Amino acid sequence: MTTHIHETTSYDADEFGWFGGEAEGFGGRFMPEALMKALIELDEAWQGAKADPAFVAEFDAILRDYANLPSPLYHATRLSDQLGVRVLLKREDLNHTGAHKIRNVLGQALLTKRMGKTRVIAETGAGQHGVASATAAAYFGLDCTVYMGKVDTDRQALNVARMRLLGAEVVPVPSGSGTLKDAINEALRDWVASVDHTAYLFGTAAGPHPFPTLVRDIVRGIGDEARVQAIEQFGGLPNAVVAAVGGGSNAIGLFTAFLDDEDVEIHGFEAGGDGFETGRHAATIQANDPGVLHGARTYVLQDEDGQTIESHSISAGLDYPGVGPQHAWLAKSGRVSYTSITDKEAMDAFALLSRAEGIIPAIESAHAIAGAIKIAPEVKERHGEGATILINLSGRGDKDMGTAIEYFGLGDSKQGEAQ
Amino acid sequence: MSTSVAYAKAKAENRAALVGYLPAGFPTVEGSIDALTTMVEAGCDIIEIGLPYSDPVMDGPTIQDAVQQALDGGVRVDDVFRVVEAVAATGVPTLVMTSWNPIDRRGVDRFAQQLQDAGGSGLITPDITPDFAPEWIEAADARDLDKVFLVAPSSTDERITMTTAQCRGFVYATAVMGVTGARAKTSDLAAPLVARTKRLSPAGTDLPVGVGLGVSNGAQAAEMAAYADGVIVGSAFVRTLLDNRSDEQAALKALASLTEDLAAGVRAR
Repeated sequence: MTTHIHETTSYDADEFGWFGGEAEGFGGRFMPEALMKALIELDEAWQGAKADPAFVAEFDAILRDYANLPSPLYHATRLSDQLGVRVLLKREDLNHTGAHKIRNVLGQALLTKRMGKTRVIAETGAGQHGVASATAAAYFGLDCTVYMGKVDTDRQALNVARMRLLGAEVVPVPSGSGTLKDAINEALRDWVASVDHTAYLFGTAAGPHPFPTLVRDIVRGIGDEARVQAIEQFGGLPNAVVAAVGGGSNAIGLFTAFLDDEDVEIHGFEAGGDGFETGRHAATIQANDPGVLHGARTYVLQDEDGQTIESHSISAGLDYPGVGPQHAWLAKSGRVSYTSITDKEAMDAFALLSRAEGIIPAIESAHAIAGAIKIAPEVKERHGEGATILINLSGRGDKDMGTAIEYFGLGDSKQGEAQ
Repeated sequence: MSTSVAYAKAKAENRAALVGYLPAGFPTVEGSIDALTTMVEAGCDIIEIGLPYSDPVMDGPTIQDAVQQALDGGVRVDDVFRVVEAVAATGVPTLVMTSWNPIDRRGVDRFAQQLQDAGGSGLITPDITPDFAPEWIEAADARDLDKVFLVAPSSTDERITMTTAQCRGFVYATAVMGVTGARAKTSDLAAPLVARTKRLSPAGTDLPVGVGLGVSNGAQAAEMAAYADGVIVGSAFVRTLLDNRSDEQAALKALASLTEDLAAGVRAR
């Protein structure tokens, strides 16, 4: 068994979806009445599914046989030597379709099938969740429509082609800023009209209750596997676990198994874009401004009227002006520390990991590598020689080569030099 | 003034009330005041003023287009209160329809006070339900402001009971499963929903039921007026302004004639 989807932690939501309680906490279900019945049914269906051993066994089998899980926990020796701590990489980049996201869509699509619905919809930013959703829909024989901002369909033509090849309909969304948040709005509008036969495969551990809990339960296998692997292969728990945070699914997927291990430090790294002080970033938690976006109370990038401010990051997967509500609570409660990594720091780490280990990471994951590089000295100081940092290498970098070519000038004669 | 006053007047005249919507700041702040005033003069009984928000979920393409124009024009929350003040001064009950975050950001109590100070009747809140709006319920109750929540064809009896118990002024029944927008045919889901809502509303309150989403002409309004207390029209007004964007006088004239058509419709039950 690779996932512990039925297990709970001290940081779970209550039955209304509040992390940390209604008065001081985050989450909830801020949605049109038209969707309430569907959200309540989804919650009930999930409670039933995760308590059903047959469902859990089927999910495990699909993850194993189709998605290539559990992913390895790999001791990155050359990076370890450079940082002076032991670095363990959770190799989610080796999963089918190249990232942790396959877990989320297979879990939600399996639940869709159990609920008797025949169509799935999804939003996508750069296209990774869209490709994963189209993959899961093909696997389960479901109809699939993916909403994607017009700006994103224009700059991610390869992923649009992949989705179409997999049989999905891709709908470009021109409204608003034409990016991820607008794709979410449009997917919600579809869902309001199609909810009787359609499931919304939400792409991250955010949105209205039960999505933050549902997605977390489904992706928590990342940490469940890593925790067992660390103990069995490396003799104990890591001293620190590290992940990048956009909407927050890869991070909550890793963190959940360690939340009640009080001795394990947990660090989340948001996208700092041009630098937090420039205002051009996606460091939502660091901005520390609570609001309601896409169905949940959480931290939001917004102006004084409550209008959403566009986020900025070189990583499309982290480029989101909100964050999953459980992360907001983990930040406020002090259990997890969140800081940000600039585009430059992330791209330096992207190059470093490629050369030190022969692994080209997703730029999202490069934020986690950069974060680990940053905290390595203090982790070593706190925990001594042999201190261990476990990093979620949430996806591979093939999809980011266009960005890398441009950033490093790889197509130029001065190949390989940073800009 | 509560919208219930306008509903009572319509009922006394054995007709439905006509509720008209436009977003504040569309095409401009002054332009929206002129347009809404024209709609009042031509026969709207109640006005809903939309607060433009960057990430609306329930708005269809027509209203999104107008809201985006308003935002691009730099409309602010304080401008919305200015429009409320001007429209409420005509004597018709004037509501604000808004996504939740702008209220949350300003502070629920402060927003409620500013709305009351501007002469607003209350709020329509399409993306929040009473079970997640305790602060708004408290702020509205303290000031006797209208709290208009939505019910939908998908709502369970239990949720309609819960929702209508928290409404003041009227309850907004969304006639179709879907976002806003004019439709060629009215929905066959509307009449059963209105009947169910009336049956489940708190006894003795006679809470009016307004029906919205999809109405674009007098004939459709008459159809709905047969069973609803109020007919709510939004996208058709917005469409009229969008279609006449180059000529303000023509736009106001078209708006007035659409309003008259709809006003005749709600009287033809």
